[in-house]
Amino acid sequence: MIFPDLNPMMPELIMTALGLLLLVFELFVKEKTNIVLVALFGIAFAYFFLGYSSGATFHGMFIADSYSRFFKYIFLICLTLSMLLSIKYLEIEKSLFGEYYILLVFATLGMMIMASSGDLILLYLGLELMALSTYILAGFLRNSEKSTEAAIKYFLMGAFSSALLLYGITLMYGLTGTTDIRAISLYLSSNQLSQNYTLMLAVVFFIAAFGFKIAAVPFHMWAPDVYEGAPTSVTAFMSVGPKAAGFAVLGRVFLMSFATMHFEWSIILSVIAILTMAAGNIIALSQTNIKRMLAYSAISHAGYALLGMVPGNAFALSGMLNYLFIYTFMNIGAFSIIIMLRSEGFSGEDISDYKGLSKTHPFVSLIMLIFMFSLTGIPPTAGFIGKFYLFSALIDAGYVPLAILALLFSVISAFFYLRIVMYMYMNDSNSEVSLSLSPALGLVIFATVIMVLYIGVFPQHFIAYARSAILSI
Amino acid sequence: MGGFPILSVIIFFPIIAGIGLTLFNRSKETAIKSAALVISLLNFLFTLQMLNHFDKTTSSMQFVERRSWIPAMDINYFVGIDGISVLMIMLSALITILCILISWYAIHDKIKEFYVGLLLVEGAMIGVFCSLDLFVFYIFWEAMLIPMFLLIGVWGGANRRYAAIKFFLYTLVGSVLMLVGIILLYEFTGTFDLLKLMSINLPYKLQLVLFWAFFAAFAVKVPMFPLHTWLPDAHTEAPTAGSVLLAAILIKMGAYGFLRFSLPICPAASIAMTPIMLVLSVIAIIYGGLICLIQTDIKRLIAYSSVSHMGFVTLGIFALNTQGVEGGLLQMINHGIITGALFLCIGLIYERTHTRQIKDYGGLAKFTPVYAGIFLVFTFAAIGLPGTNGFVGEFLVILGGFKANRPAGIMAATGIIIGAAYMLWLYLKVFFAVPNEALSVHKDLSKRELLTLLPLLFLVFYVGLYPNSILSYMHQSVSDLLIHINMNDDTQAMSLLHRFYSIF
Repeated sequence: MIFPDLNPMMPELIMTALGLLLLVFELFVKEKTNIVLVALFGIAFAYFFLGYSSGATFHGMFIADSYSRFFKYIFLICLTLSMLLSIKYLEIEKSLFGEYYILLVFATLGMMIMASSGDLILLYLGLELMALSTYILAGFLRNSEKSTEAAIKYFLMGAFSSALLLYGITLMYGLTGTTDIRAISLYLSSNQLSQNYTLMLAVVFFIAAFGFKIAAVPFHMWAPDVYEGAPTSVTAFMSVGPKAAGFAVLGRVFLMSFATMHFEWSIILSVIAILTMAAGNIIALSQTNIKRMLAYSAISHAGYALLGMVPGNAFALSGMLNYLFIYTFMNIGAFSIIIMLRSEGFSGEDISDYKGLSKTHPFVSLIMLIFMFSLTGIPPTAGFIGKFYLFSALIDAGYVPLAILALLFSVISAFFYLRIVMYMYMNDSNSEVSLSLSPALGLVIFATVIMVLYIGVFPQHFIAYARSAILSI
Repeated sequence: MGGFPILSVIIFFPIIAGIGLTLFNRSKETAIKSAALVISLLNFLFTLQMLNHFDKTTSSMQFVERRSWIPAMDINYFVGIDGISVLMIMLSALITILCILISWYAIHDKIKEFYVGLLLVEGAMIGVFCSLDLFVFYIFWEAMLIPMFLLIGVWGGANRRYAAIKFFLYTLVGSVLMLVGIILLYEFTGTFDLLKLMSINLPYKLQLVLFWAFFAAFAVKVPMFPLHTWLPDAHTEAPTAGSVLLAAILIKMGAYGFLRFSLPICPAASIAMTPIMLVLSVIAIIYGGLICLIQTDIKRLIAYSSVSHMGFVTLGIFALNTQGVEGGLLQMINHGIITGALFLCIGLIYERTHTRQIKDYGGLAKFTPVYAGIFLVFTFAAIGLPGTNGFVGEFLVILGGFKANRPAGIMAATGIIIGAAYMLWLYLKVFFAVPNEALSVHKDLSKRELLTLLPLLFLVFYVGLYPNSILSYMHQSVSDLLIHINMNDDTQAMSLLHRFYSIF
């Protein structure tokens, strides 16, 4: 028996070892923030090895290619930024337990496995690992009703969606006799099973399961409550990581296994995308809680990214990848500002808490302004580049009405993003808001705003990288 | 392309220097204001130097800079100017200086941010006029929205939030529709480069789609009827400097867009759509003018007069003959000077009386004679009195309009009468009529305020008496533009159907 080649799995093995090490380490350490330092070392290790691990192992179950590498970069960046965000936040919330960071590491491990999965069972494994970790993270504030409710809601609905996914996988297995993604695509194309009803059913189940993960309409109902209830640093993590992971598997499974059915699922996905953009943007207009507003905005951004799946070609897929990369920075940046407003006894979650912020904290207001404009998609920020590249791909494939719709929805989104800007700059403050700043938080804000501005002005490299990443599919 | 990158300098110097302005200590107000003034003066000197080296005899792009930006999509940082853009750039640079001067004592809080915003808008404005790559153009076009939104919304009047968000959303919808058009054009031709696009003969259907996509953005900006409703609110609620920038430069960008992009890239469609454009222009002239007659707020009156005057500009442009286009272009400059001056004047008096309602005024000429005299000059210029610049522009436009479409020309001429009506009525009510004794406390113009208005006063007469000073710059570019348009079409007498089939 040949021992499978572990080289492509190095980053995942490092993350597993890191998680386990931290579990033990956590018992002995008094100052919980030291866990973060050790974790950052481990992440740096994994990051380094990411560049050198490629190939397929375990008989093609585990594929480490440029596509998965792109997503793993997103996951690791998301993990690093979320960890740094959490330090101060957990202190304020009085929930400074070391398990938090361990769960983050395991969630990221699950995401990395998902991105690299070449087999549906491994995909399920990664998905469950990520999901279970995030369920606990969502309910991390033990004394908060909202947090517990968020965790329960997330768990129940997540369980349903995982069950749907399993059902879809079993249908695929029954149909093709294999759970390997590449083998399935070969089987389907060689046996011309494009019009098979069972296959259609399986596709629908997959869409439902993945749609839940990326919070697409009509599988989005959990998102606002979970995002609002969970600790803000977890929300920051959840709004980026699991979403990107969902898109990673969506891309791989749908563009490989279901390639023959492209016409059918592209219609379904475009309808879902339109509904998602519509629901996300329109419902966000009436939100008064900023975490809820950003939850709906995250839903709408999932809608935009989903449009990248619709044409089913390389250009559009690279647009989706690019958009997710940029979205990571914008979204985590926005959440980090929200975390800053959380101080002792003041939740800072209502949008009216932002009134007059420019008078008391001009620099922070400016950074929030940049993030809000980036989320809307106004040049010269990165958000515009993401939308531009994605919609170019869409129009190139001939989906012009979709692109026009998407752009009009982003105009609608301008209202609620700019409402924050208006509150900060054009209103007077009700009360003195004190910001809780820490070096780690400052680092995160600095990194995200620099990236948002840099990608907005010099996007060449990032676009080129997204283009090269999809070559392996 | 080994020359000194003067265009990049005049675009980015205000932007970078403006960002540098944020390093100043908030309390050193005079230092901030002086620094902003110096930056804008320096930028104006740079533009003068550029003008010095400008070659009037050629219509090809000058001071061209081209650098690869996003190779994956063949996007280049491609800037250059010709006779059409150079005038707008000069106007932008000059108006910014005047805006900074007028706001010296008018803005009381967040002074640093205000001047940073002004300089950022200046950089973006000049960027719009220099861009020869559609992507770069779009970036500057949109980027300008952010500081302008803040300028209106933070330092504006009582209803500023509504005006700011209305301005932003209205312009954004137009811009994203233009973005769809730009991307469509890229997908069809594979390039964003304007010069390459001009040389490609696009199919008529595509031209039509593109024309309307660009129309969405430019018509909102100009603004053309019926997309003009953002303008009165934005102009009225903005602070003086914001109103001046809006009226003098920003709305010209829409007309500039028609000249620079719609006409060269979609010539056949532009010619076919001329009747619609002429109708909308005439409606703007007359309707805009009529609304002015019932206004009670001075600023709102001047704002609606902008709609009317821009109707002349679009009429001139879509007359598609030399007089019309040159008249439209000249009128763009003139209107920038005149309406910019009018808003400056209104801002001055508002600083003193804090009211814009006409009923609160009367007999101002008795108390502030110098101010009244200067305002009178600008009123005459707005009416189009011979001797002032307004006359030359409107005359050329009506001449061109007559040649293109006689009814349009006649109605436009009627519009001038309406213009005289509301402007003289305004002047009468505010400066003459029964003196309102409450106004006696107000002082006449200070040296700084006089200094601000003097350049525009000079230009009104200089351009009015020697219009060739401005017109000489545009002859070459306009004639080549018209040749380019007519190259794809024999005469304007061809029926629409005949034209349609002749393309294939």
